[in-house]
Amino acid sequence: MRQVNVSQITETVRRLCIEANTHLPEDVKCAIETCRACEDGAIAQGVLDNIIENYNIADWENVPICQDTGMACVFLEIGQDVHLVGGDLRSAVDEGVRQGYDQGYLRKSVVKDPVRRGNTGDNTPAMLYTEIVPGENVKITVGPKGFGSENMSAIRMFKPSAGLQGIKDFILETVEAAGPNPCPPMVIGVGIGGTFDKAALLAKKAIMRPLDTHHPDPFYAELEDEMLEKVNALGIGPQGFGGRTTAIGLNIETLPTHIAGMPCAININCHVTRHKTEVL
Amino acid sequence: MEKHITLPLTEELARTLKAGDTVYLTGTIYTSRDAGHKRMCEALARGEELPFDPQDATIYYVGPTPAKPGQVIGSAGPTTSGRMDAYAPTMMSVGARGMIGKGARLPEVVDAMKMFSGVYFGAIGGAGALLAKCIKKCELIAYEDLGAEALRKLYVEDMPLVVIIDSEGNNLYETGRAEYLASRV
Repeated sequence: MRQVNVSQITETVRRLCIEANTHLPEDVKCAIETCRACEDGAIAQGVLDNIIENYNIADWENVPICQDTGMACVFLEIGQDVHLVGGDLRSAVDEGVRQGYDQGYLRKSVVKDPVRRGNTGDNTPAMLYTEIVPGENVKITVGPKGFGSENMSAIRMFKPSAGLQGIKDFILETVEAAGPNPCPPMVIGVGIGGTFDKAALLAKKAIMRPLDTHHPDPFYAELEDEMLEKVNALGIGPQGFGGRTTAIGLNIETLPTHIAGMPCAININCHVTRHKTEVL
Repeated sequence: MEKHITLPLTEELARTLKAGDTVYLTGTIYTSRDAGHKRMCEALARGEELPFDPQDATIYYVGPTPAKPGQVIGSAGPTTSGRMDAYAPTMMSVGARGMIGKGARLPEVVDAMKMFSGVYFGAIGGAGALLAKCIKKCELIAYEDLGAEALRKLYVEDMPLVVIIDSEGNNLYETGRAEYLASRV
């Protein structure tokens, strides 16, 4: 049994909040630059050039890539041989978010009540997901999620008879409805299977997966490529001004599901697809 | 077409701008998001004055990150304009002609733009670090309790924008996409 003090979790969450908001992952940069090379239109090229210049400025000057520094989605994979000591885990994570958003000059974008509103002032609480896994490590991922794109996400409980075509149509319909609002080029996360809630979580995990990876099952790996191509044939383009690059990536995650259903969730993200992981 | 323009956004100037134009904007603009717009429209409904003179004014839909020491403002890219659709016609009716944001607008907003010679500019969503470079002055003028959503007066120089919807109702989101798709046939 390994002991981990929750103060280490606070410190790591603090640092990851700042780093994720300041430095875009290399796979995302690479996808944007590859797409820039494939654009022909002057406006689309100009937009992608500005997007590249923007993340370079953020890198050099250590400033947030985007002003919507998001809700702090924190994923903890806790080894079953770990004993957490020194305090309450939820409070430790929130303290990390509080310190990170304060010290990193990040925007506080969380309201304490969904209907009655009122800013919490420190970007807490974190959206915390915990999973118990084998081993004695604690893996921490922070993925700040902006809401311009989150608002364009969708979920549907399909009948199994809708089949693959139902899912394909739903992806295109959701991207079409999102149009220019989620700051395209987008990253599209698709979660298929599980239950209502698990499908949504799969979709969120899908946008966090590196864009240069595929689903391990060739059936879904091919579907990822096919749907990315179809999304990019819609013509929405960078910022919705028209062009090839509507999305820079489309990842699918799946789970077994019930004989009576086929849940499908689509989580939309913008080109500022931020996440950073560290293992304690 | 590429144009360098200086505010205020008079009716005459607004009418020269066309959907698809790349514009470098210089002058004074005001920031506001949902909560600020709600308060301003409530103030107008009570017959009160706004915290700034709306005549020929341009409003930037933005909630910046806090400025680091030595910075004028933190990262400051546009937020989704559709959330201001409920308030934009009222703001235009008292003279605020320019809007800077990103994303689609409702037909009611476009109708008001045609009536009041409004212009909807797009700034690049997610390019907050780049856009902050154009902001040379920032002054908090009202609604401080709203934090990132407080009303600020900004002075911008050569802010890179694209005219999305012009005063005649032409819409780059429709024409730009149609042109791209036509070029693929």
